[in-house]
Amino acid sequence: MRKSGFSVIGKPLPKIDAMAKCTGETRYANDIELPRMLYGKLLRSPHPHARIRSVTTGRAARLEGVFAVITGQDLPEKFGILPATQDEEALAVEKVRYAGDPVAAVAASNEVIAEKALELIDVEYEILKPILSIEQALAETAESNRIHSWNRRANVQKAVSFEFGDVEPSFQKAEQIFEDAFFYQGNTHLPMEQYCALASYGPADKLTVWSSTQTPHYLHRALSKVLGLPMSRIRVIATPVGGGFGGKSDPFSHELCVAKLAMITGRPVKITLTREESFYVHRGRHPVKMWVRTGVKNDGTLQAMHFKSFLDGGGYSSYGLATVYYTGALQTVTYKLPAYKFEGVRVFTNKPPCGPKRGHGTPQPRFAVEVHLDKIAEKLGIDPLDLRLKQLVEPNTVTVNGLRISTTGLRECIEKVAARAQWKKKFRQLPFGRGIGFAASAYISGAGLPIYWNEMPHSGVQIRLDRGGGITVFCGSIDIGQGSDSILAYAVAEEFGVDPADIRIVTADTDLTPVDLGSYSSRVTVMTGNAALQACRKLKEILFQIASEALEVPADDLEMAEGQVRSRSYPKRGISFAACVEKAESKFGTLGATGSYRPPRHPANYKGSGVGPTPAYSYSAAIVELRCDSVTGEIKVDKVWIGHDCGRAFNPLLVEGQTEGSVYMALGEVLMEEQVFRKSGLHKYPSILEYKSPTTLETPEIETILVETDDPEGPFGAKEAGQGPLLPVIPAVVNAVYDAVGVRIDEIPITPDKILRALEGRLKPVSIPSFDFPPPIKWQPGQGVQVEQKS
Amino acid sequence: MKQLLRLRVNGETKEVAAETSKTLLEVLREDLGLTGTKHGCELGECGTCTVLINGAPLLSCLMLGVEAEGVEIVTVEGLMQGSQPHPLQQAFADLGATQCGYCIPGILLTAKALLDKNPSPTREEIREALSGNLCRCTGYSKILDAVERAAREVGVL
Repeated sequence: MRKSGFSVIGKPLPKIDAMAKCTGETRYANDIELPRMLYGKLLRSPHPHARIRSVTTGRAARLEGVFAVITGQDLPEKFGILPATQDEEALAVEKVRYAGDPVAAVAASNEVIAEKALELIDVEYEILKPILSIEQALAETAESNRIHSWNRRANVQKAVSFEFGDVEPSFQKAEQIFEDAFFYQGNTHLPMEQYCALASYGPADKLTVWSSTQTPHYLHRALSKVLGLPMSRIRVIATPVGGGFGGKSDPFSHELCVAKLAMITGRPVKITLTREESFYVHRGRHPVKMWVRTGVKNDGTLQAMHFKSFLDGGGYSSYGLATVYYTGALQTVTYKLPAYKFEGVRVFTNKPPCGPKRGHGTPQPRFAVEVHLDKIAEKLGIDPLDLRLKQLVEPNTVTVNGLRISTTGLRECIEKVAARAQWKKKFRQLPFGRGIGFAASAYISGAGLPIYWNEMPHSGVQIRLDRGGGITVFCGSIDIGQGSDSILAYAVAEEFGVDPADIRIVTADTDLTPVDLGSYSSRVTVMTGNAALQACRKLKEILFQIASEALEVPADDLEMAEGQVRSRSYPKRGISFAACVEKAESKFGTLGATGSYRPPRHPANYKGSGVGPTPAYSYSAAIVELRCDSVTGEIKVDKVWIGHDCGRAFNPLLVEGQTEGSVYMALGEVLMEEQVFRKSGLHKYPSILEYKSPTTLETPEIETILVETDDPEGPFGAKEAGQGPLLPVIPAVVNAVYDAVGVRIDEIPITPDKILRALEGRLKPVSIPSFDFPPPIKWQPGQGVQVEQKS
Repeated sequence: MKQLLRLRVNGETKEVAAETSKTLLEVLREDLGLTGTKHGCELGECGTCTVLINGAPLLSCLMLGVEAEGVEIVTVEGLMQGSQPHPLQQAFADLGATQCGYCIPGILLTAKALLDKNPSPTREEIREALSGNLCRCTGYSKILDAVERAAREVGVL
């Protein structure tokens, strides 16, 4: 892979869609209006847990302006994002499992009539006892108090247990053992765009669904399953997503209901959720209780770790099966850990379902581990940076749980943030009330395995060249603001030596574009980028053959640059890209090529090893400086220094943007954001006014330092940037609070009341539930499959 | 019930029959087809639907269409100067200040009102002016940078 001499890669170019977003031209889902369109609304349960005795829709159906009313009986087929845990219904059939669970849907001439119709639907509920906490879910083992009936242990969705390496002997070798308990409260994505979907059916019995979704391919599958239509009859178009952060990655009730309503009425139907509904749809950060025990040598060298996590999953499975594994998988990829035991459990509760939010299942354990290490460093009298620096994971190694590390720039990230922040001068030396804290982390650049286990590509790209020199790139990926459309344009422009503005991008339309699995797990740059390069190289071979003949230059001396196909040795000897395409089209006919990408095999082969592998891990390090008022408990973050190993920055503006957005979102999570519920099962803060998130006034200056490691797995060496930089900021804030006022807060978010209680010695330690985990799956490093390293 | 409204939008007089219960946001989007102004919360909490009313940033979700007669309304569609982008639009595009872009129309208009009143604001004054506009993508850094750059350019113009 080329590593230098780029004309597009690495340049701070504007995104290809940036101006459209500044003029109001970008058409989001809710901006689409279709002729004869009806408006839909969902009736949601006011009860967190109830059996549905009856749903009577006659009065609503007779209201003038109402065209259809549907209930669970109309869409009984279950669905869910993960094939193993399909426990959702578009509209609840027998039971509701959280306040907000939809039970009926209407289509009407306008939203006002649709809302009136909802009031005319009579639902008779048999109220059941709600389960609202992890402890209660684990205690309610009676069959009569089950939220779901499909899972083996009452209210336990999934429990896992692993032992990697020689855990007990390694603990024996440890000179000191430390133990801590932590709690990370749930929070939600809060994208500025509410959820919205439209559907149109006919005239040739074909269904089209437009949706603000991060995963059009999985929506395609869910629509087919629930509606009983073959995928070939369904077209899914993902519209530009007005903020996702993981929250628009599941197939949702409103998407299935617009489709069904359009099929019944023969008219297009649109459903836009209100802001309040968006808080109940959720799928955000899981509340997690965590317990960690670590054995170390007196010099701080890690010997063994035992980590337990308890996830509050809410009413449905969503991505939860993956989330529970993610709370244990990545503890091993930052620091050398010879032995590791992980036990995790996800329970069902009668609250909106949790799912993936930026960092998916890893910010919670990263917070726990990094605060735990800060405490260990202090007890051992070691600088917390030095404690990490002496045992960083090395490149081209395999971790104790079988994860393959290709490159790591973590050392450089740590050293650079430390230098910029003047860590050595400030740590434990700032006056009372001011503090500085540090943490580091790692994240995946795309999940190594697809959601549906099959041999097909994770990402496909098709490129069409036309005789005017035009280039059109087709790809199933959806731009959620991260710049995935621009990434395709940059990769193709670089390969063909043209301006990104000369390239047209067609994305996220299942009728037109090859499948890309979606904008989740930080997978898009690595996977679509590699697929695009493969397609480019197929076309370049043809074009070089033509140019070689035309210019009488050997093909291996040709390059594409500045809109020319030309000799490397004699750059004046060349023809324009457009002329070369014309000659090639004359000789070979219409020009097009496809490229696809599947991640490399991973070394581990134990049951459960599918969560954690990736083509390449990104690394981040953060230092936070803040003030903490010991009278009011208020925290003011003054500055964040963030170092991020992104492999190679396709475009530094975009990578910085992802990094700064991650820092911001982390600050919201650690300081204020909470998705919490009343005893009634209703959300405490279902509005933007009450659900506090940082404004310009609470967001500090952020200094971003990009570290490039040229990963052999990434296109042009690139790794991810969209999620990883969130991870270290949260524990760095917690560690800085300790540096400022000398109290350890083991619970996220750190609100002023917790600081004051801690200062007064009244903050209770986090309690950890007791639970019988299943016997562990044991695995030794080296047991797995040999995997070739690229260089 | 519908009423005939005569609105001044982006320098043009528009006549439109709209439900009297509709907010200005709904009239702009649904009756005038100006979908550049976005819904965020409909409760005046997020700043997403900001438009300029006689040059001042106001939340179009908190104002009825019938209240907007006789004032000058500017939406994001009215920011372009002919086919030339406003310096704020150019700076936002060039510096990577848009990610998902959903909050951007409201932020651009709020920033324009600031620069019209105070052509060389400090970074703190920009923070203060934009504190009612939420953005979940950018961490605000590049938005502040873009407003600073536009201010320098507007100053030169």
